[in-house]
Amino acid sequence: MVAVGVVAALVAALPFVLRNQYYVGIAVFVGINAIVAIGLNLLMGYAGQVSLGHAAFIALGAYTSAILTTRTGLSPWLAMPVAVALASLIAAVIGVPTLRLHGHYLAMATLGFGMIVSIVINEWVSLTGGTSGLVDIPRLSLAGLALDSDTKYYYLVWACVAASLLLSFNIVNSRVGRALRAVHTSEVAAATCGVNIARTKLQVFVLSAALAGLAGSLYAHQLQFVGPGHTFGFGFSIELVVMVVFGGLATIWGAIVGAGVVTVLGEYLRRVGDRDVAVFGIVLILLLVFMPRGLVHGLASLTRRLRREP
Amino acid sequence: MTLWSQTLQFVISGLSIGAVYALIALGFSIIYNATGIVNFAQGEFVMLGALAAISLLGAAHLPLPLAFLCSVVVVTVVAALVERIALRRLRTAGVLVLIIATVGVSMVLRGGAMLVWGKDHVAMRPFSAPETLNLGGVTILTQSLWVIAITLVVMVGLQLFYTHAQVGKAMRATAINREGAALMGISPDAMVFWSFALSGALGATAGILIAPIHMAAYNMGTMLGLKGFCAAIVGGLGSSVGGIAGGLALGVLEALGVGFAPAGCSGYRDAFAFGVLLLVLFIRPTGILGVRANRGT
Amino acid sequence: MGTGVLEAHALRKVFGGLVAVNDVSFTIAEGGVKAMIGPNGAGKTTIFNLLCGVYPLTAGGFRIGGKRGDGRLPHVIAHMGLARTFQNVQLFSNMSAIENVMVGWHRRGRAGFLAAALRLPWSRAEDRAARKACVEKLGFVGLADRADDEALSLPFGQQRLVELARALASEPRLLLLDEPAAGLSTREKADLARLVRRICEQGVTILLVDHDMDFVMDISDMVIVLDHGEKIAEGPPREVQKNARVIAAYLGEEVGPAD
Repeated sequence: MVAVGVVAALVAALPFVLRNQYYVGIAVFVGINAIVAIGLNLLMGYAGQVSLGHAAFIALGAYTSAILTTRTGLSPWLAMPVAVALASLIAAVIGVPTLRLHGHYLAMATLGFGMIVSIVINEWVSLTGGTSGLVDIPRLSLAGLALDSDTKYYYLVWACVAASLLLSFNIVNSRVGRALRAVHTSEVAAATCGVNIARTKLQVFVLSAALAGLAGSLYAHQLQFVGPGHTFGFGFSIELVVMVVFGGLATIWGAIVGAGVVTVLGEYLRRVGDRDVAVFGIVLILLLVFMPRGLVHGLASLTRRLRREP
Repeated sequence: MTLWSQTLQFVISGLSIGAVYALIALGFSIIYNATGIVNFAQGEFVMLGALAAISLLGAAHLPLPLAFLCSVVVVTVVAALVERIALRRLRTAGVLVLIIATVGVSMVLRGGAMLVWGKDHVAMRPFSAPETLNLGGVTILTQSLWVIAITLVVMVGLQLFYTHAQVGKAMRATAINREGAALMGISPDAMVFWSFALSGALGATAGILIAPIHMAAYNMGTMLGLKGFCAAIVGGLGSSVGGIAGGLALGVLEALGVGFAPAGCSGYRDAFAFGVLLLVLFIRPTGILGVRANRGT
Repeated sequence: MGTGVLEAHALRKVFGGLVAVNDVSFTIAEGGVKAMIGPNGAGKTTIFNLLCGVYPLTAGGFRIGGKRGDGRLPHVIAHMGLARTFQNVQLFSNMSAIENVMVGWHRRGRAGFLAAALRLPWSRAEDRAARKACVEKLGFVGLADRADDEALSLPFGQQRLVELARALASEPRLLLLDEPAAGLSTREKADLARLVRRICEQGVTILLVDHDMDFVMDISDMVIVLDHGEKIAEGPPREVQKNARVIAAYLGEEVGPAD
């Protein structure tokens, strides 16, 4: 409980510590990515399923918000639930046949789905603006106060992160959470205990898609632009998986830690030069070899080992 | 142009790209059979083969056959190194970690290629002039014929390898029954090593064959790799014949689909392969030739 | 009068070319302990898997409490009041003992994702009641003090008991025990036998499969004998023990005229 309070205080104070708006902007993206990572963690860490196409749901959320607010003038606050609903709906539809698969086949199916979405975004120019994308997406405003600065947006995003975290925590320690974790270990045993395997998997898949859709919507209103870019493609789907694995599958804070490390690292490498791809890959492999259970577990066992030394 | 000759044109170009998909699919299946993992870096072997060959042709002025051979050797070595350095330690890890590890490898290879060759697209001259042939009203690229011919040679070579070479026979045995083969003294570690080397060679071959048709660049591997994987799944992961059939089928379907689709839809070309992949996974995940699924490490 | 807890009719299961179960019919009346025995490969665990819906039937059918069970998914059959333990204990490795048992309780609860996410009061109350009931089940098997221990950290015999508690948590009508005595010491087997009788007293019908003849004969009211996927005898333990076909099946001899 104390830990939670300390972390919350740190998060709240961060924009004032980071004087530079650029860094606050990065912190906003960490938050947005964290929301997706939390949902993906429920799916991958707790339920044991794999998705290599989750960027597609971010895209669905982002583009729905963008299209509704720019084409129909709908208020961003109304567009957002629609975006979340659409991402959820598509997840429900694609989830039914997809979740019958396991292992590599499941991974490939989600990958294929993600690729199709990103190609459609590129090609359906009349709807999505194609490679030019959509511009002039309005900002969100809270009770007349426009969230026009990164700092103000930061608090909104991280409030959503907190809500997602709470949601995730509540689910994990509940009847459905136990059912999820059971499905991960032994589907047969879980089924004989009365757990509806197919429906449980589908529900967590849809939930993770909904969170991704929400993140996408926040992303669109932050950037005020959506276009076929890194965030909606296969590369980012992989980054998301890396975030979850880095942080540590099935740890409550892992998703946020992972999102933080990966986002900041990626940003740094992009600035330093085009070395980002290669270095990222090397860091990734090193981490997998030395801390296979993720950063949270890895650091925990590292501190334990250090403490033991005289 | 008659419908018939149009179709024929599409089929032939489809077969040649399909042959390339088949080679890539074989690479996937070979590694999968030896290790039970899917090598997401397979596409990068293709890319490296193409770029290395282009460099050898251009900078070193090597004649084509020599450049071909050297490039294949280089990529084979790279593939073997990848297995030794990066993946050896992670073999006991779960499916997810291995997927991410091979993705990490692909990132490293792609990043490395970008540093060496930059982001430009480079071209390779077709293997022989004239560039196109006109056979009975149908225009085909001579390179297409080269691709099909060389792929056939490779397939025959592979078949001979499996039936006559010691290593090849061992690999076939491991593919059928890993435990049984190990009990017979066939080292699983050696099999993994050779499977990577062989897949590297096949991937490089695919890259060199296709470079004259599509430009080569540091990022060409991703899409090709994914499509090759689609072909492998469609035919049945782990089955050599399946990979070949899947590759050819995918290539032809793609060419026909894009060829006959209404104008403006050509961008959806890539989505086609993934659509087919999803269809196969949903209806018959073990692939059209239905080989044993999920062999596990 | 009244349908039996389980009525199986002409069960048949074919795997590829292998006939694992062939035309097996039996009825389990309410109450008491029934056992299924037979040499290795007789089809006992296969029948369990068929009854739980894990394998689809090739032919035949069964009813649980009068309701059709064949063709149903495992979780639906669980809701009909069937629970089971597994030959190779299938505890959930990422959870504590009490959490394992609470998964067993799953079908008795109603709280879904929404209620859980929002921590609605009624779902919290339901969870509290669940925990209480499950602690009680752990207590019933004598492991109440190990509730929060990591399930797989427990010694094997206790893991079996946790799995038993998990099966009991759903308040089943019919409990299937798959080789419950396997790997247990003599003392543990005696404890288990007592436990099984106590479960019986609570009104749960038990169908078990085991190799230990003494154990089975000691606690069962009725025994069904299988061999090569077929039922070859049925009746009280004493009778079955003397059945020539049964003896032959176990000893591998030809069935000849009684000596």
